[in-house]
Amino acid sequence: MGRFAKLVETVNTLDKRWIFLVVGAAVVISTIFRLTFPEIPTPMVKAIFEKIESLPAGSRVLLPFDYDPGSEPELQPMADAYVRHCAEKKLQFYFIALWPLGQNMVDATVSRVLNAEYPQLAYGHDYMNFGYKSGNEGVVAVILTDIKKLYTTDAQGANIDSIPMLAGISNIRSFDLILTVSAGYPGLKEWIQYAGTPGNIPVAGGCTAVQAPLLYPYYPGQMVGLMGGIKAAAEYEALLLEAYPKFRGDKTRFQTALTRMGPQTVTHLVIILFIVIGNVTYQILRRRRGQA
Amino acid sequence: MTLHDAVPPGRSGPLHRLPTSAAVLALAYWTALGVLATASAQSPPQSVIARDTPSDRGENITVAWQLPPEDTGAGGPVLGYRILRSLSPAGPFEAVGQASPGAARYNDSNVENHRPYYYQVVTLGAGGEVPSMTSGPGIARPQWINTNQWNVFVILLLLLGFNIYFIESIKAGRKPFIRRIAGLEAVAEAVGRATEMGRPILFVPGIQDMNDMQTVAGLTILGHIARTVAEYDSRLVVPTSRALVMTTARETVREAYLAAGRPDSYNENTIYYISDEQFAYVAGVNGYMVRERPATCFYMGAFFAESLILAETGNSIDAIQVAGTAQPAQLPFFVAACDYTLIGEEFFAASAYLSGEPKQLGSIKGQDVGKLLGVVSIVAGVLILTAAAFGHSETLRQVGDFLRNFWSTELAG
Amino acid sequence: MTRRTIPLFITAFVGFVLVIAYFIPHPPFDSLREDFSIFFDIIASVAFILGAGNLIKMHGNRISRREEKWGYSVVTVVGFLAVLVVGLTKLGNPGGFRGSSVTAEGSWFQYAYEYVFRPCSATMFGLLAFYVASASFRAFRAKNLEATILLLVAFIILLGRTFVGAMLTSWIPDSLGFLRIPYLAEKIMTVLNFAGNRAIMIGIALGIVSTSLKVIVGIDRSYLGSD
Repeated sequence: MGRFAKLVETVNTLDKRWIFLVVGAAVVISTIFRLTFPEIPTPMVKAIFEKIESLPAGSRVLLPFDYDPGSEPELQPMADAYVRHCAEKKLQFYFIALWPLGQNMVDATVSRVLNAEYPQLAYGHDYMNFGYKSGNEGVVAVILTDIKKLYTTDAQGANIDSIPMLAGISNIRSFDLILTVSAGYPGLKEWIQYAGTPGNIPVAGGCTAVQAPLLYPYYPGQMVGLMGGIKAAAEYEALLLEAYPKFRGDKTRFQTALTRMGPQTVTHLVIILFIVIGNVTYQILRRRRGQA
Repeated sequence: MTLHDAVPPGRSGPLHRLPTSAAVLALAYWTALGVLATASAQSPPQSVIARDTPSDRGENITVAWQLPPEDTGAGGPVLGYRILRSLSPAGPFEAVGQASPGAARYNDSNVENHRPYYYQVVTLGAGGEVPSMTSGPGIARPQWINTNQWNVFVILLLLLGFNIYFIESIKAGRKPFIRRIAGLEAVAEAVGRATEMGRPILFVPGIQDMNDMQTVAGLTILGHIARTVAEYDSRLVVPTSRALVMTTARETVREAYLAAGRPDSYNENTIYYISDEQFAYVAGVNGYMVRERPATCFYMGAFFAESLILAETGNSIDAIQVAGTAQPAQLPFFVAACDYTLIGEEFFAASAYLSGEPKQLGSIKGQDVGKLLGVVSIVAGVLILTAAAFGHSETLRQVGDFLRNFWSTELAG
Repeated sequence: MTRRTIPLFITAFVGFVLVIAYFIPHPPFDSLREDFSIFFDIIASVAFILGAGNLIKMHGNRISRREEKWGYSVVTVVGFLAVLVVGLTKLGNPGGFRGSSVTAEGSWFQYAYEYVFRPCSATMFGLLAFYVASASFRAFRAKNLEATILLLVAFIILLGRTFVGAMLTSWIPDSLGFLRIPYLAEKIMTVLNFAGNRAIMIGIALGIVSTSLKVIVGIDRSYLGSD
């Protein structure tokens, strides 16, 4: 019994480093073996997918990339999934960024997804990049009425008037969808408050899992759908796989979120296990102290 | 040319001056047009009005109209409306926008102030396009007062009034009841612990700049803590994420040391800048924590993803940790990992609480009354709207809607 | 007296003007908030020089005095100066100084961002996974009734975020579908958690109003130093 009591004490006050080791091992093993698990899409994610599916070819979609490298592991898969879906539907997409490093995220996505997988798409005709402007929600409020008040050139320095897909467009009110990827402020909430609701433009988006609870109030009245974190991105990829068989091939390219959910699922289970163990040892010790 | 112009009733016009064959042809043409117009599914919008959009900075004209009777919304015979604009009533008109079926107004935001504009609204349908009468002039003008925000003004006056009332009543001698805030009561104990152990006190003012109210609130708390640290003759370290925060924090701490009568103990090098980048900053702070092992850590300000990294590192070095933030998403992390957490408004009340000044304490009571107003409105609104739903009462529904809109910043004009 | 009076006056004047400007759509009041926001951005950008100067001074002192672990200060200073010089002079840019953007593909600045900054940032963010595990192990103990409820809710949310939650309760018939873990997890987040968040946010908004009024009116002067 003495040894058992000692073991219980040790486990109850387990050194953090053992926990880190187990979590690390869980992540590494599930990554090496590429464990993936089935994902059942939730209504909020399905709503975004169905909205994009319903848009006819040539519809205009604004894609704000409001995140930076810190949240890239969580948000990049959903950004890639959006862009692929829009490209498959032959929509016209317009990139923009309210975060300084968001522009780098756009460049990386264009290079990795559009240039590599859709080389037939031409800049200026099928997609373009407004680039980053400081001003946070002020930028959103201005481009809702007049894009040229802020943007006279695009991210590459080309005159806005020379871009064919901006011909006849003076503001974003005529856009069919605003599809954001946001990691904080400014982000999805600002797009809803300053463009979506006043301009009557449908808004949908993805955010980090931590932010998602703060955005639920906007669904479904002011937001078509919401993707919170890597799990939602995995659900979206699952929908893409079902609708577009071409994405079932290369897992590393087309199933990033699903692949990353493997370690996340395993880590969740490890955390649950630790919580259970911690509570069991705590209750045993509590009983012993009560009896003593 | 509209049908109205083509067939002027009861008047001799150009038809009487034409040769007979041409007249017959013209008559046939206009009759056909009349038949077509009668046979088309839509009629023009009526009572088109173009007026300045109220309560704005100008450069906006609202065009409103009465829907034609055949407009049954989406999927009906009316496909939408095209809005035409001209600088003169005779034209030429250019298209400036479109509205969906069922919409009875359009905001033209591409106009110049003090310039007259004339509008026509064209019904679009399967039978063709039917324009309305020309309406105007609509002249955009900027207004001096935004009457749409009257509710915000009233709420502001109420909050200001309550703050002033309680400040004055406390100055007059009335003792307010302020409940104990454990995190703030522990400040002296935490500083004392660090002094006894001979280890420094770490203060992290968040990662936002001086334009964030949380940073300002954090620095006001820093002033009080710095004074306590100065009195205990302990060591305070303040790594900052913004240059402006660094300069303000230096000023705050210097004045605190001066007020405590220990100006010589002040060392500006203990308040330093690390990086604007979130994770670079937290890496620097974490490195300091692991090396120097401060006995007490205060996290007061705006935090994001780095909150748990800071708190867990502080936990690993057995420091007493007191956190305060107004970021709802980060509060659970601080609550789980810190000894004391100031949640939301407690954080903003901290400065007043620590100072004990009547003027500051009055503002806490003012805050509380504002919250009470909010709670009463929520409860009343829920009860009223529930009763309206069950009792099918339009009056109650309107009262409930008014109450809901009163607290909204998007009150329609 | 001037040292404190002038800043107090500026604070009060600007504060009142901006509050009043919220209700006045007429130019120039309509763009005041945006204009002052831009003024602040300019000041903060210029103030960055102070921060950078402080960084160099602090680490420079450590290097010159050969304080403990001064080698890391060398890394900091060298890294800072290297990226600064590479960025300002567009060293290694394929298009040269005038021909391309500082972040052009293939530029040294872009390499520094892509292969140094990004991995470091992502690594720090990744630490959260480990810290969440250790914090959960320590914090989620059934010490009393509230803690037990928190523990149960945490289980439901954790399981609901994985396929295991759906699997464990997939046998529940549709008529009792509200007992399925994914449904419970969603309702907890969108109803209970959201309600709590809203209450906190109302308190925060009132706290911000109160603190702002104190600062504008001059009751709270701590930001200037002491009272």
